[in-house]
Amino acid sequence: MIALALPAATTDEGFVPPTIDDTHYRDIFPWGGEYGVWFEGGFGKQMLMIIFSVILIATFFILASRRNALVPGKMQFLGESAYGFVRNSIGKDIIGGRDFMKYVPWLFTAFFFVLVNNIFGAIPLLQLPSFSHPGSAYAIAAIFYLLWVGIGLKKHGLKYFKLAVVPSGVPWYILPIVVPIEIISNFIVRPVTHSLRLFATMLAGHLIVTLAGTAIEYMVSTGSILLQGTSVLVLGGAIAMYMLEALIMVLQAYVFTLLAAIYIEGALHADAH
Amino acid sequence: MLNAAIMAAEEGSSPLIPNLWELLVTVAGFAVLMFIVIKYVMPAFEKTFAARTEAIEGGIAKAESAQAEANAALEEYKQQLVESRTEANRIREEARAEGAQILAELKEKAAAESARITEQAHVQIEAERQAAVVSLRAEVGTLATDLASRIVGESLADDARSGRVIDRFLADLETSSQSAGAAK
Repeated sequence: MIALALPAATTDEGFVPPTIDDTHYRDIFPWGGEYGVWFEGGFGKQMLMIIFSVILIATFFILASRRNALVPGKMQFLGESAYGFVRNSIGKDIIGGRDFMKYVPWLFTAFFFVLVNNIFGAIPLLQLPSFSHPGSAYAIAAIFYLLWVGIGLKKHGLKYFKLAVVPSGVPWYILPIVVPIEIISNFIVRPVTHSLRLFATMLAGHLIVTLAGTAIEYMVSTGSILLQGTSVLVLGGAIAMYMLEALIMVLQAYVFTLLAAIYIEGALHADAH
Repeated sequence: MLNAAIMAAEEGSSPLIPNLWELLVTVAGFAVLMFIVIKYVMPAFEKTFAARTEAIEGGIAKAESAQAEANAALEEYKQQLVESRTEANRIREEARAEGAQILAELKEKAAAESARITEQAHVQIEAERQAAVVSLRAEVGTLATDLASRIVGESLADDARSGRVIDRFLADLETSSQSAGAAK
């Protein structure tokens, strides 16, 4: 297993880098801990934030869509723009055809679920992108993995696997090489990258912010004028990284949803590829 | 897996090991959110979109029909204007022709009338002249006889006498004509 934790410094004087465990906040509900080491996080901050995001998104969109006015108010306009963006720019443009509406709820839910949970990482005090925890990223990628494999099977039957792994127009003697590559790329690498892309970008951004914060705290506490002065530079860098991370949070939500739409489209029209 | 997790926990957790609870909460959260989206959010938005599309298309159709109506009305008015213009021209032409005709008739009538009056005057004058001639002739006869009898009644010895007779006669004649003029 890869341990991202940097080796802890042995001297008392040195800087102790934060570990992954520092990103796990203490249990909020103590009964979460009774499941032992597997669930040592218990019912922690991250889970509360996921629930909070569901409440937040649901409340906003129910309120925004409730009035149903022909001439929308500010909130309804915002909600409609957000919905229209996923519906048209992702759903309609990528999946297209008459049946894209069936998949709009999946894409819409995924986009805002990921977006809001990512942005939590940029909000002070919350300061934790939920998808920097692997469980959430695996879960949401798995949902879409099952979805598009299911769509392919429903649409094309078992022939779907043949359509998905045997590209048309390839000479037969190359097939022994191409087919394993296609199997690996379509059914193994694709879901793994779908989840890891989201998880890794969020974790990296989160770690950088944590690292910068810890470093600044350490530098200020040393009492050395030189280090305290340098901490200003670190702070500037941290703010720049924070902005970049905020951009990546939005971008990753879009990328995740876009890829989900592309995978769905690929499964729907497997015979055309 | 368990060993790996324990090992990871000892060294600091591996970032790739999922917490099963987080996994479940994520799936449940996604499911709940999607249920709400399908049940409440999407139908409301789609309804609004459809209503808006309908309103816009209805508005366009209404505007188009109004435009067509206005065009038809304009066309009708133009038609009517042309018709009434033609009508006015026709009436004017007719009036002009009629006026000319009336004028000609009047002229003709006036000419006839004047001719008739002239004719009548001629006839009257002729009659009066005739009457004057007749009465003059009668009068001249009487005068002549009168004069002759006077002349004959007097002695015709000298010229002086006859000259006096003639003078008296003429004076009588003058007075009688004067008295006749005064009597008139």
